[in-house]
Amino acid sequence: MKALIWCAPYKVKVEDVPEPKIINKRDAIIRVTSTCICGSDLHLVDGFIPFMKPGDILGHEPMGIVEEVGPDVDKSKVNVGDRVVVPFHISCGECFFCQRQMYSCCDNTNTKPYIGETLLGQATAGILGYSHLTGGYAGGQAQFLRVPLADFNCQKMPQEFEDEKLVFLSDIYPTGYMAIQHCNPQPDDTVAIWGCGPVGQFAIRSAFLLGAAQVVAIDDEQKVPERMQMARDAGAITIDMHDEYVYDRLLDLTGGLGPDICVDAVGMEAHGYTMLETIYDKVKTNLFMETERPHAVRQALMCCRKGGTVSIAGVYGGLSDKIPMGALMNKALTIKTGQTHVHRYVPELLETIRQGRIDPSFVVTHRMPLSEAPHAYNIFREKSDGCIKVVLDPAA
Amino acid sequence: MPQTQQSAANRGVHTGDGRQRSGEGPLRQFIQEHVPSLTPQNGHQAHRQNVADGERVVSVAAGAILAGLGLARRDLTGLAIAGVGGALAYRGATGHCPMYQSLGVDTATGEQHRRSAESRGVQVTESYYIRKSPEELYSFWRNFENLPQFMEHLESVHNEGDRRSHWVATAPAIYGGQVEWDAEITADEPNRRIAWRALPDSDIQHSGEVRFQPGPGDRGTNVTVNLQYHPPAGQVGRWLAKLFGEEPETQIREDVRRFKRLMETGEIPSIKGQPRGTCLGHGTRS
Repeated sequence: MKALIWCAPYKVKVEDVPEPKIINKRDAIIRVTSTCICGSDLHLVDGFIPFMKPGDILGHEPMGIVEEVGPDVDKSKVNVGDRVVVPFHISCGECFFCQRQMYSCCDNTNTKPYIGETLLGQATAGILGYSHLTGGYAGGQAQFLRVPLADFNCQKMPQEFEDEKLVFLSDIYPTGYMAIQHCNPQPDDTVAIWGCGPVGQFAIRSAFLLGAAQVVAIDDEQKVPERMQMARDAGAITIDMHDEYVYDRLLDLTGGLGPDICVDAVGMEAHGYTMLETIYDKVKTNLFMETERPHAVRQALMCCRKGGTVSIAGVYGGLSDKIPMGALMNKALTIKTGQTHVHRYVPELLETIRQGRIDPSFVVTHRMPLSEAPHAYNIFREKSDGCIKVVLDPAA
Repeated sequence: MPQTQQSAANRGVHTGDGRQRSGEGPLRQFIQEHVPSLTPQNGHQAHRQNVADGERVVSVAAGAILAGLGLARRDLTGLAIAGVGGALAYRGATGHCPMYQSLGVDTATGEQHRRSAESRGVQVTESYYIRKSPEELYSFWRNFENLPQFMEHLESVHNEGDRRSHWVATAPAIYGGQVEWDAEITADEPNRRIAWRALPDSDIQHSGEVRFQPGPGDRGTNVTVNLQYHPPAGQVGRWLAKLFGEEPETQIREDVRRFKRLMETGEIPSIKGQPRGTCLGHGTRS
């Protein structure tokens, strides 16, 4: 089968590899019908999460049809022929964390937990196609995918919607939604969102779905005008970080209080706001003294109103410098974060699609065959050709 | 078998070696003799060595190169690079890294553990909450023939009567590929505790104990495993020292974790045999 593999920083290719087979008795094999490129794939491809091995298959936003199930799969939950979305993380449903619906913290699915324990103290759940830090599982940018603990991880989908409306339930829709929902938004709240990428777009729409009074989106009008326009189309006020003072605009929009909820939907590869900050992080990351460039979260902490909540949805993997701890502590801020607990949100978000309250396919700008995935990665990274979200077709 | 109860927090390798690593090591001695101003007082806890000797040499060398490159640039970025280089060199020279200290990292002590583990054998205690009842966990473990399902280096165990069993473990080919011994159960308290040991005339001196105690709330059962591999005897001993001497804690910790996963989910997560690419135009399996 064809699969997109990682070979070296900034280098991916499509290669013929063996088809996956059942390894454990609760595995299933999925024929992938749609699979997407996620912003967090860029962190892997660019070498910001240094646990990739050449030949690893990428991809964690797949959906497809179940082709084969292992002997111990509970067939009342998933069976051959079912149409399923596969969440990006693999969860067991049984452990301490799964019992508390913290599925992305699952204790039983990461095959190499000692890496996470060294780097993070404790390991996360296994994640599809997301480096050996999260278990080294082969990913979903391929024609076929093995799903472990399939009766818990395969999320059955109705037949009446096309793939593009459902596939984002695997990651970015729940991710944008959780970024707002776990901050417990109130009807008079202002939500500010750094980053108008796909997760930012879903966070904007989720903030409105959850009843926020005002949503402000922050990004660069010169670099990504199409993303700013998409944010405005959803009803957000936009701030151009290139031409405007973000802090001043946010305070003007909130009667001097600052936003109640500030969402970092950018993560570790943010581009800086001031020359000094940019140079500082460039030097440190290039010398491996720091593994990320946390501009967005710094600014979110400074702008957030006293007693407000800063929500970190963007991915970080290692060490960040110059986090304004003074602002965090003295302003009595709350931090909400985490890899998304996708399984927790799938039923209610599927319901929003059913009710027509959202059509997740709004974010798709490019549809390409899997064989063109390396080109897709390039335009997505460079944000060229108006690229916001790519859906790959493995069968084409 | 120590009768004292090991607490869950007290995981880890107990080598019985309380020696503080304060002054030994050729590099440290060299620095003490030649660069006394860089050498912190011995025994001063805040500046204890926490960087392994090998890493120190690399740190000094890399630091010197960076400092040189940085200064050669003659600009602001160069100055920053030189500063970083200086810090690296200093940390290598003193063997103390403030960043490691603040992160709680200590590569020097691991080195010490490793060295004494090689010469003294190991005793490891690991503890996990497992979301199953003590009854279920006890009865699975009590049938020693189940142990190879989660103990990676065990090939097979055969029960021979109620308290005797025959164990086969894998070993590198130069040691014959296998090591075998007979073990007997020395304590059996249903749903609470099992202890066993290799018979005294075995090639390997090994003993183990597992305890099952109800955990708080819905957290399942607190399972504590204590394994000992005593001083090496002959070739097999050398192999064991090597096998367990490298990372005995990790080795056994992973075995107990596999037990937890097998009990909670019915399987052990695996990626063996999944497809991967080669970057050469054709794929393979891992």
